[in-house]
Amino acid sequence: MTQHPTRLLHLFLVFSLLSVLALGGGNSVLPEMRHMTVHQLGWLTDDQFRSIYSLGQVVPGPNMLMVLVIGYKLAGWLGMSVVGIAFFVPDFIIALSINRLWIRLGDWPWRLSIQRGLAPVAIGLMISGTYTIARLSVVDVPTLAIALVVFGILTWRHINPGILVLLGGAVYMLAMH
Amino acid sequence: MSFGGGAVAYLREYIVREQGWLDDEGFLSAMEISETVPGLIAVNMSVIVGDNLRGIPGAIVAIVGMLLPGSISVMTLAILYQSNHTNPDVKHFLGGIAASAVGLLGTVALQLGRKQFGKMPDALLVALTFFAVSIFKISLPLVLVTLGPLAIWLYRPSASPERHADEHLPFHRGPRHHLFHVHR
Repeated sequence: MTQHPTRLLHLFLVFSLLSVLALGGGNSVLPEMRHMTVHQLGWLTDDQFRSIYSLGQVVPGPNMLMVLVIGYKLAGWLGMSVVGIAFFVPDFIIALSINRLWIRLGDWPWRLSIQRGLAPVAIGLMISGTYTIARLSVVDVPTLAIALVVFGILTWRHINPGILVLLGGAVYMLAMH
Repeated sequence: MSFGGGAVAYLREYIVREQGWLDDEGFLSAMEISETVPGLIAVNMSVIVGDNLRGIPGAIVAIVGMLLPGSISVMTLAILYQSNHTNPDVKHFLGGIAASAVGLLGTVALQLGRKQFGKMPDALLVALTFFAVSIFKISLPLVLVTLGPLAIWLYRPSASPERHADEHLPFHRGPRHHLFHVHR
């Protein structure tokens, strides 16, 4: 396989940018990730983006490991490695640095302002992430029903969401068979 | 398996209760940092706990431990998917998973946002952020460099008298704000 240095550089730039923008967690950058990979760069179709997102849902650990699959699809194992480094190393450095700075910031009043101010922005971004996945996956009556039933069950009962997500997949597969 | 906000409850159970690596205060402080800095919250958490226990080597071991099992699994699935992606059953299975994830993400966002929806200016900031990103399709960097400073300014040190009210909560060094309900 021929390697494309430009493609690798592009992957690195896109995912390191997404990494530093991920305020409130990985789901917060889903709209921007979809916009960049599907619309701006034409790397994936919406269907592919949704399928790769779903793969991330059924593995242990962070769902955002889906980014590795995007890297792999676009540039093989090297692409996967570049995306992994680009997406996780900047956050590692930031978390480590702020952790060490945090204690020294102590009672600095702006520390609290930053915490309190950014919290609602992070929630807004999470809702946007949910909306993006909803637009991609709620395509007919059965998918709407699955989304609502999962929402209902998790709101009123505390059960392992992983099992529920797999069940949702199985139900839709059987419904469409 | 760690999913959404569930990961945090699990982390607390393990880090505080089982291993005794951090006390409740240390855990909450690590949570605050994880929520405020960019990045996946569970990953930030692992970096901070690793750093607090064993410095930079600890942080590296922790992030690798957090990401490695999932990375191997997701790549295994990706390779299986590659050779079966035209199978309609596979396509529908993944479609159903994405639809279920919407229900899950919705629950997590509502649980985490409970405190924000009922008070100003938080509810306004939540709405502004959502509309800017999802409806007006403004690019995320632009949204963050405008709404971020605005939000911080609204909570500038002199502007929120009510914040003295929660200074006496148990084991708090000062008032704080939880994005996650770790006490579920």
